[in-house]
Parts: sequence; structure tokens; C-alpha cells
Amino acid sequence: MKFMLIVHHNEEAFEKMDQAQRQQLLAESIELTHQLHASGQYVHASPLQPAATSVIVRAREGKPLVTDGPFIETREQIAGYFLIDARDLHEAIRIAARVPGARIGTVEVRPLIEIKGLPDTREA
Amino acid sequence: MQVREAKTDDAMKARTMTEDATNQMRETVERIYRSESRQVLATLIRLLGDFEVAEEASHDAFAAAVEQWGRDGIPANPRAWLVSTGRFKAIDGMRRRARHDASLDELAKQLESATASIETEPQEDEPVEDDRLRLIFTCCHPALAPEAQVAMTLREVCGLTTEEIARAFLTKPATIAQRIVRAKAKIRDARIPYEVPAEKDLPDRLDAVLRVVYLVFNEGYSASTGSALTRHDLSGEAVRLGRLLAALLPDPEAMGLLALMLLQDSRRAARTSPTGELILLEDQDRSLWNQEQIAEGITLVQGVLSHGQVGPYSIQAAIAAAHAQAQTAAATDWNQIVGLYNLLLQAEPSPVIELNWAVAVAMRDGPSAGLNLVDAILKRGDLDTYHLAHAARADFCRRLGRTKEARASYQRALSLTRQEPERRFLELRLRELQD
Repeated sequence: MKFMLIVHHNEEAFEKMDQAQRQQLLAESIELTHQLHASGQYVHASPLQPAATSVIVRAREGKPLVTDGPFIETREQIAGYFLIDARDLHEAIRIAARVPGARIGTVEVRPLIEIKGLPDTREA
Repeated sequence: MQVREAKTDDAMKARTMTEDATNQMRETVERIYRSESRQVLATLIRLLGDFEVAEEASHDAFAAAVEQWGRDGIPANPRAWLVSTGRFKAIDGMRRRARHDASLDELAKQLESATASIETEPQEDEPVEDDRLRLIFTCCHPALAPEAQVAMTLREVCGLTTEEIARAFLTKPATIAQRIVRAKAKIRDARIPYEVPAEKDLPDRLDAVLRVVYLVFNEGYSASTGSALTRHDLSGEAVRLGRLLAALLPDPEAMGLLALMLLQDSRRAARTSPTGELILLEDQDRSLWNQEQIAEGITLVQGVLSHGQVGPYSIQAAIAAAHAQAQTAAATDWNQIVGLYNLLLQAEPSPVIELNWAVAVAMRDGPSAGLNLVDAILKRGDLDTYHLAHAARADFCRRLGRTKEARASYQRALSLTRQEPERRFLELRLRELQD
């Protein structure tokens, strides 16, 4: 069963942290991906560029409409994600609690809908 | 048709006899349904892994019991029979539908092999109790919205219908039904596991369960809106849940909560007048207090306190016990109660508890001591919109003869309360001051 762990944080507060602290969080996050890989729970993970880089695309009546991110007024932004394989919600919660971002922001745990017919890119 | 009608008399007799037997069997099954259906459901959810499938299976099993027990007699262990029949019916149903959907066949096979042991294993009591705990912890899972936890607990653990729950919470059955459907979908889709939490997580998870039970109790005990009728059942359900928890999981706080509910409930008959007016603790006819509940509550409190590990529910129960033990209002041991509130403030600091502590101090040291404390709390702004803070202030001012201030505080309290009996009580006090 796959879960997406979506890390939300306050970008402004994050950017005010000193460089060493941010490096530390990143290093811990990378370390976590290796631990998850070793236990067979890792699928994918990545941090995201700040929300200011975000572009919103709508396709209406065949025409793409591109705008700036509509959610700048919300305080919490998506900082990155971990895609994991867990037995059930409790295992996913235990992993979410280990995500360094959980200490400064929040981690949303979302189960994936498992559908058939997608290209299989994951190595066995 | 005519050939058959020739034998009408015999046929009628035979049919009446079968009807009688069927009715009798239906009553027996209904009795077993009342005592066993929740356990059967709790076990079927574990075996079948899905609330909806388990509910249908449980329903089918009881329907089959009416028919089959009449023919073959009641089995030695009805619960085991019902569980095994329910499981069989669910797997059978999946097989039949599998003709149209191959994935169901696979699921049916998995279920069959995963649950095959149940027929060879005798049904001990312990796993059944575990299933009831699994059900409680799943219904009170923190991933569900609080109101969904309450609805799920009353529906699945207590077996109330959605109509009964809706009536108790003064809302539409459709609202409750929707909450339950959503909660079940979330349990399924988010893979909330059907398990008793690990020891490490147990204190937090048990807190959540106790909170739901106490919320149900309070909803019945001090209806937050409207009139109090029809809602007493909720307190009864909460006490039953409390008993179940204390029996299954003898945790001090589970015992403390049961004691607290029993001691509060013991005053039910005395706390309102026949016309529904609120009667304060000090004015209650103590002969109306339920001595059986008091005795049970006090025994529980003493048991918990003797273990030395006291949490907020146990301390509140000890306070309720101190009141219960006073023969008259004047005989109340306020010194002990002030001490217990101090303890409670340490365990669970909150402005509402501080207010209660201030009232206890006033009872021990006089209204002016209480007024100083309440004014200090109100000055911080924490309880500015809490009607009981203003009602307490009004009462202290009234007893000090500061009528004008008392009237202003009663009016403020009145503007903040939504409960009918409390409104009438405050209005009465206001009228008395004007005379």
C-alpha cells in the first residue's frame, strides 16, 4: 500500500533559518530515504522549489490558461514529498513522524489510489 | 389448488405450529442478538477486514439463525456459530459475485485461507475481548473527525441506530448516516488498521477513547442545547461503555472515568425539579442521590487512589466522591476539595479548572476570596465569554451584598448561555435581586 507524505511548512520561517540548520534538515531527509530504502519502504522523494516558482495551468476548451499560483495567501506551502510503501496507516504515521519536516511544519499522510494500467517504472 | 384445500385443517394446524415455533425462535435469536451482536460484528470485522462486508455478514448470520436453529436446535456456542456462518456467507457472496469480477474470487480465496483457522480453533473469550477493544480503538481513531468518532462509537460499539444517534444529538439522521459512511470509507481507504494500539501508543490512544466516552456522557448529562429530554440514554450508553473499557483494559484512568460518570449520574434525579428547573448542588435533596452508584463510584476511586497513579479523571472522580460523602451541603469538606483542585490544576492546567478551584476556595474562605480569584481569571480574558465565570462572579457579589455588580454579572452570564434550564435559573436569580 503506497502513501504520499506531503511536507508542508511556512516558507517565510524556513527561509529565516540559518544555512547550517537548513543543510542539517536536508541531510537528515536524505538519510531517512536511505533508511526507508534499506527497509523496502522507499519509492521516491524530493524537496520542491519555493511556491513562488509555481505555475498554475488550466486547460479549458482546448486552450491552456497559465497563471501564477493562486494560494500565496496561505501560510503553509508544500515543501516536498516522500512516496512510501507501508503496511497500513500506522506504519505510514510512524514514518511520517521521522520526516525532519514534521518538526518545523506538518506532514500530511495520503494513501494513493492503486490503479492498473500505468507504466511500471519501479525496479523490483 | 383444490386438492390442497381439501387438507386445509391439517395444513392450518401444521402452519400454526411452525409459526409459533418460528416466533419463539425469533425471540430467542433477538435475545442473543442483543447480547452478542456487537461481539459478533467486532470479530467479523477482523476476519473480513471491512466494516460494510462484516455488517452484511452479521445480518445474514442472524437471519440464518432464525431459520436453522428452529430446525436443528440452538448450537452449544451461538456466538461461534454466528461468526463462522457470517464468514461463510460473506465468502460465498463474494464467490457468487466473482462470476462477474475475477478479482473478487481472488479475495474470497485469500479470506478463506486467512480465516480457515477459526473453525478448528475453539472460540476463547480472550480474542473476542480483543476484538471489542479493536473496534473501540478503531472507532475512536484520531484520524477520524471528533464528531465521526462519537457517531461511529455509538453506532458500531453500542449498536444504536442512526435515528437514535440523530435524536440524541438533535440533528438529522442523514447527517449522522453521512458521517458514518465517510468514517468507514476513511478507515478502509487510509488503511486504518484494526488493532489495539501498541503499548507505546496506548496512553495517547486511550485518552482519545476516554474523551469520546466522556463527551457522550456529558452530551446526555448536560445537554448543550435545547431541552434535556430523550438525551438521558446517552449517559447510560457512556456508563456502559465505561464499564466495558474498565473491564477490558483495567487502566487507572479508565476506572477513574467510570467512577466520575457514576458519581455524577448518581445526582441525576436531584439536579432538576419536576418542572425542569436546575437545582444547584448545595440545594439538592440528597436523599434522591443514587446510593448504589455512589458506593460503586467511591470504591472505584479508592482503588485508583491507592495505586498512587492519578490522572485528571480520577481526581475529578475524587472531587465528586467528596461531595457524595457529605450528608449535607454544610458538611462538605471544602478543604479537601480545594486540595484536589490544586492537584487537578497540576495534572491539567486550564482556566475552567481554575474557576472551579476559585469557587471551592470561596466555599472554604468566603465570597470575597472567591471574588478576587475570579476577577483575576476574568482579567486575563481567558473566560470572558464563558457564562459560568460570570455566574460565579455574580454569586459572590450577591453574597457580599454588592447587588449592582451582581446584577450586571448575571446579565452577562445570561447573554452567554444557550441552555434553557440555565437561562431560567439565571433569570430567577436576577428577579430575586430586583425585589
